[in-house]
Amino acid sequence: MIDLLTLAAAPADLPLGVTEGGSWLLRNAWLIPLLPALSFVTILFFGKRMPRGGSELGIALVGIAFVLSILTAAAWVDHRDNYHGEEVHAPVVAVDHGESGEHAEAGHGGGHAEPSLAVVSTVTWFQAGGVEFSVGTLVDGPAVMMLLVVTLVSLLVHIYSTEYVHGDRRYTHFFAFLSLFSASMLMLVLSENTLQLLTSWELVGVCSFALIGHWWEEKPNSDAALKAFLTNRVGDMGLIVGVSILFFIVGSALPGRFGSFSIAETNALAAAGMLPHTALLVAACCLMAAVMSKSGQFFLHTWLPDAMAGPTPVSALIHAATMVVAGVFMIARLYGVFFSGLSIGGSSVNLMAVVGGVTTLVGASLAFVQRDIKKVLAYSTISQLGYMVMALGVGAWTAAMFHLFTHAFFKACLFLGSGSAAHAVHSFDMKSDMGGLRKVMPHTYKTFVIGSIALAGLPPFAGFWSKDEILAGTGGWGLLGGTGGNGAYTLMLVMGMVTAAMTAAYMTRCVYLTFHGEYRGHGEPHESGPRIIVPLWILAGLAMVAGLLNLPSGFQLAPESLQERFGHFVEPVAGYFPTITHATPSWSLAIVSTLVVLAGVAVAGRYYFGRVEAASAAAGESLTELPDGITTRSALARRGHTLLSNKYYLDHLYTGIIAGGTKGPVAAAAYRVNQNVIDRSVDLAGETAVSAGRFVYDKIDQVVVDGIVNASGRVSSDTGEELRKIQSGRVQDYAAILFAAATVLAGILIVIV
Amino acid sequence: MENLLDGWGITLATFSPLVGVAIMLLIPGEREERHKVVALATSLWVAFIGVLLLLWFDMGETGRLQYVVDEMWIDVIRSRYLVGIDGMSLPLILLTMFIVPMCIIYSWNHFPEPRNPKAFLILILILETGMIGTFVAQDMVLFFVFFEIVLLPMFFMIAVWGGDDRRYASLKFFLFTLFGSALMLVSFLALFFLTGAESFAFTEVADNVLAHGVSRTAQLWIFGGMFLGFGIKVPMFPFHTWLPDAHTQAPTVGSVILAAVLLKLGTYGFIRIAIPLLPEAAVEWAPWIGLLAVVGIIYGALGCLAQTDVKRLIAFSSVAHMGFVMLGIATLTDFGINAAIMGMVAHGLITGMLFFLAGSMKDRYHTLEISRLGGLLVQAPRMGWIFGICVMASLGLPGLAGFWGEFPAILSSYSPANGLPVETFRTFMVVAAVGTVLAAGYLLWLLQRVAFGNPPEEFADNPEIVDVTRHEWMAWAPILALIVAIGVYPNLVFRVTDGAVDASLNDCLQVNTAELTDAEAEALGCAAVYEVGSGGGHDDHAAAGN
Repeated sequence: MIDLLTLAAAPADLPLGVTEGGSWLLRNAWLIPLLPALSFVTILFFGKRMPRGGSELGIALVGIAFVLSILTAAAWVDHRDNYHGEEVHAPVVAVDHGESGEHAEAGHGGGHAEPSLAVVSTVTWFQAGGVEFSVGTLVDGPAVMMLLVVTLVSLLVHIYSTEYVHGDRRYTHFFAFLSLFSASMLMLVLSENTLQLLTSWELVGVCSFALIGHWWEEKPNSDAALKAFLTNRVGDMGLIVGVSILFFIVGSALPGRFGSFSIAETNALAAAGMLPHTALLVAACCLMAAVMSKSGQFFLHTWLPDAMAGPTPVSALIHAATMVVAGVFMIARLYGVFFSGLSIGGSSVNLMAVVGGVTTLVGASLAFVQRDIKKVLAYSTISQLGYMVMALGVGAWTAAMFHLFTHAFFKACLFLGSGSAAHAVHSFDMKSDMGGLRKVMPHTYKTFVIGSIALAGLPPFAGFWSKDEILAGTGGWGLLGGTGGNGAYTLMLVMGMVTAAMTAAYMTRCVYLTFHGEYRGHGEPHESGPRIIVPLWILAGLAMVAGLLNLPSGFQLAPESLQERFGHFVEPVAGYFPTITHATPSWSLAIVSTLVVLAGVAVAGRYYFGRVEAASAAAGESLTELPDGITTRSALARRGHTLLSNKYYLDHLYTGIIAGGTKGPVAAAAYRVNQNVIDRSVDLAGETAVSAGRFVYDKIDQVVVDGIVNASGRVSSDTGEELRKIQSGRVQDYAAILFAAATVLAGILIVIV
Repeated sequence: MENLLDGWGITLATFSPLVGVAIMLLIPGEREERHKVVALATSLWVAFIGVLLLLWFDMGETGRLQYVVDEMWIDVIRSRYLVGIDGMSLPLILLTMFIVPMCIIYSWNHFPEPRNPKAFLILILILETGMIGTFVAQDMVLFFVFFEIVLLPMFFMIAVWGGDDRRYASLKFFLFTLFGSALMLVSFLALFFLTGAESFAFTEVADNVLAHGVSRTAQLWIFGGMFLGFGIKVPMFPFHTWLPDAHTQAPTVGSVILAAVLLKLGTYGFIRIAIPLLPEAAVEWAPWIGLLAVVGIIYGALGCLAQTDVKRLIAFSSVAHMGFVMLGIATLTDFGINAAIMGMVAHGLITGMLFFLAGSMKDRYHTLEISRLGGLLVQAPRMGWIFGICVMASLGLPGLAGFWGEFPAILSSYSPANGLPVETFRTFMVVAAVGTVLAAGYLLWLLQRVAFGNPPEEFADNPEIVDVTRHEWMAWAPILALIVAIGVYPNLVFRVTDGAVDASLNDCLQVNTAELTDAEAEALGCAAVYEVGSGGGHDDHAAAGN
């Protein structure tokens, strides 16, 4: 590589906000994903010979990974406040891209009150085109938080699964893939560069594919798996392109460098305004496509409800608590890129906020019409992921991460609870096979209700705190005393409020249909065993108290040393992170949002607990809706219901028109062209050559032709009696003609040009 | 240890298979077991030499030709026996030496009708000589001879051991490629005469092209001839139609060798001969090559979606995959060409494996009609797993070899070499990215139909459908291990190719596209290679930056 750039400009130093020092645990975080990776390989090859089919190894190694994560978190807490080692600086080209002014003078890295240096450690992966590519870990607040969430939920899901999939035909495979998933997800959150992120991003996708299709004998399951993988591939296209763009624009800002995948460098340069804005915008939009598919954002969300075809523990771990937040995590990870690229600061609308806001409404509205308890939760997950993306879109980074954190617990709790109920009744259909389960499954009932309250966001449960921070973070509450935020995203505040009411309402419906009324199914359901109940209670406990980790400042609810602990340790204050403005929470907003939630509960509660219950008593059977409900009375409501039942017709568009069209008419047409045009012209050319050849052969230089014919005749006669039966004569003729023609053509070419 | 192979290692490796052939000719045809042993021993011996060649290969100087032999060969036409190995050819030579023994092991009990192991194995060994020879040749005539030697055994393999339509397929394969090689020969001859070179050696001709200043028009025409010769072999859209027929009709091992090695002769020709010898013409042609490459990616994928036969589908997927390789080459950057070589190796291993699997399925089910298959995972779980892994590798899953050919090729087209139209290549990048989605579509669809679900009634209790046999394991396990190993640690290949690719490319092409000013280009002597500033990258980049 010829290094001309070093001549071009005097390099300046950009602090990256990372260090290569730090304690041993922080520098060797790669051990954490390594454990489940080992578990995967061992279970795959030896699992069937183990007494418990490999599950014991999976639990043990994920358990150790969890303990290591706790120790790493402790090390990070110490590191965050007490580390004073050397910071890595990158020499950059001191070029001004015009728009850099507003960010550049902010003095990143140096200007922060108490910088937190992320710990980076890398080794060389490969070298191509004279560029070295590294693989390594980037340990900072969000990474450590994700380590804890992933290992904890994974551990609980492992334990839960030993009972839930007990006796399954592919018990060992199931645990092998859980391990592989844990390894990939842990690698994803620790990724030091975007290439590594892309790699683990695809690997978690494959695990998701394999686990959705766990019972692949039935076609709907493998269809769902295919749909998930393909939809994600559509998004990955954006990821590939986005990562490529970033690689080159970062490279051109670093003297003597061809390109760079480094997350710290990318973010630091983007945050310092040293990257061209248009390219950043394009890259951010491309990456958004990946977020939309992985994190189930409208309009690439349709795979997620179908993904519920997989076993319920998988839904809890992968399609609620961890993998689907990979998109959210990726935004958080590359926040410098998104913050600058989409101009999040000081604006009132942008792509990310809109996508998140629309998704949150779409998800919540679709959750209303589901019969399948897991689908309710799936749409709820879409809606909550929309919340997180919207939060990131309005600049409320910490709120989004905090919501990710709390959501992981209460949503995993709900999913596992739904699994416990379904395990008892052998069905997921709330309307025909559930009802009245509170009497026989008290633990499942209590934990499910706790999870629902946390999801709906009533104080003091976890969801309340994180949801309220997001609403405050929109900065749209300026009228009523709240301040701050990065802009005036009033529209997003409204969307968030509406969703809050809807969430409360559909969860009320879900709780009623599952646990209240009278049992409508067959058989005698009974409470699940301890390996299911204990994880449920642990998650329910976290759903109650996790919110206390980030008590807002200003409410005087706790001494200052206990306020905003989550934000303090998780939000990076470093060169690779943009300077974001924090919103101030307000009592008025908290009260209003609580009232909104209560209103949602009240409306749905009055319908189900009041009128449906009364109608059931009158009819003498357990009803799930009023016999003369609004959809029977109003044509408009009926049409609305049809629209929702058909999922806004998106599946028709994707499966029927786009996929079906490509697979059917488009591919068929392309193939017809291939056979009838391209291939036909080849045959035609051959036929013409044969007739022309006959003519030429009779007339032209017999000496040349004969010589070559004889030579090739000798070659072929060596290869045995069999071979001579082939039409070797014809082949030799053609060969001879072609060689003769070649000589003539070469002569012509030399003469002419 | 001292390098014992210097000076004769390549010759030994190239012609050892012919020694094996000579021995086999002396053994009567009915002693099948002996033929198998001799053939296997020969191919393993060649592989052993390959390992030694690798061990003594100087990794510090992958850009330098090593193990060089330079002797006068045919004095009259000043053709030399000039052979050597550098980092660009080494991975492909090793791939050849690796795949051939696997094919022989696989054939052990699998000889297609009309059997005759003697002739079959002799053909494989002759093929091996031709393939290795093509990769080591450093002289145009020598290259051409080896390039053509490959053609005949493959022709007979398809024509004798092929499927029902073997005559048409084999003839088409033979004539189509021969047509291309004729034009290639025209180009070689024209180049030799126009440069007034003393020999056909690549390096000498390249130097003479730069020094004598062969006219631009002549260069473009000559490149065109090579483009057809190599492009048909790759095969590039729209010259690909021989491929599905040849693959579908060829016996399993023939398909494997065809996919694993033969297609690479074309792409190798581009990076070894066409581009280094004619850099100026390469710059002119590159956008068109890139265009055909991305058309091939999409077109091949659509072709796959329309297929009803497993083998034909895999054949069409080769068109798409080789499109990625050609896209990497078309960028003319060392990054892109590294990706291309990786893509060649990966495609060789992965598609070779897929053809092995298709062949084994055909042995069991006696049909490859997709609509009739199903439930492979139920009846032959291990085989289903292997199929799943290969499908994942083929669709470019990170962690498996295919990814490292695909992603870097897409990446490199964001920033093509100096003098190439940046916007055009960025469009190619997006189109190629769409191709990855389609690839996932047809491959997963294939996986679903073949492996998932319950076995259809007609095969449900068929005792012929057994899991992977011992011979299959022996042939497949090493390939699978390599697919994973390269996927996890791509440096296995990149470390070898990087220096050589860098050395093969003209300096002016390699500078970061965006950052070269006219004056700097002048200083590097780039004016001789392309017209400085003509559609130069920096203007486009500035546009993107605003």
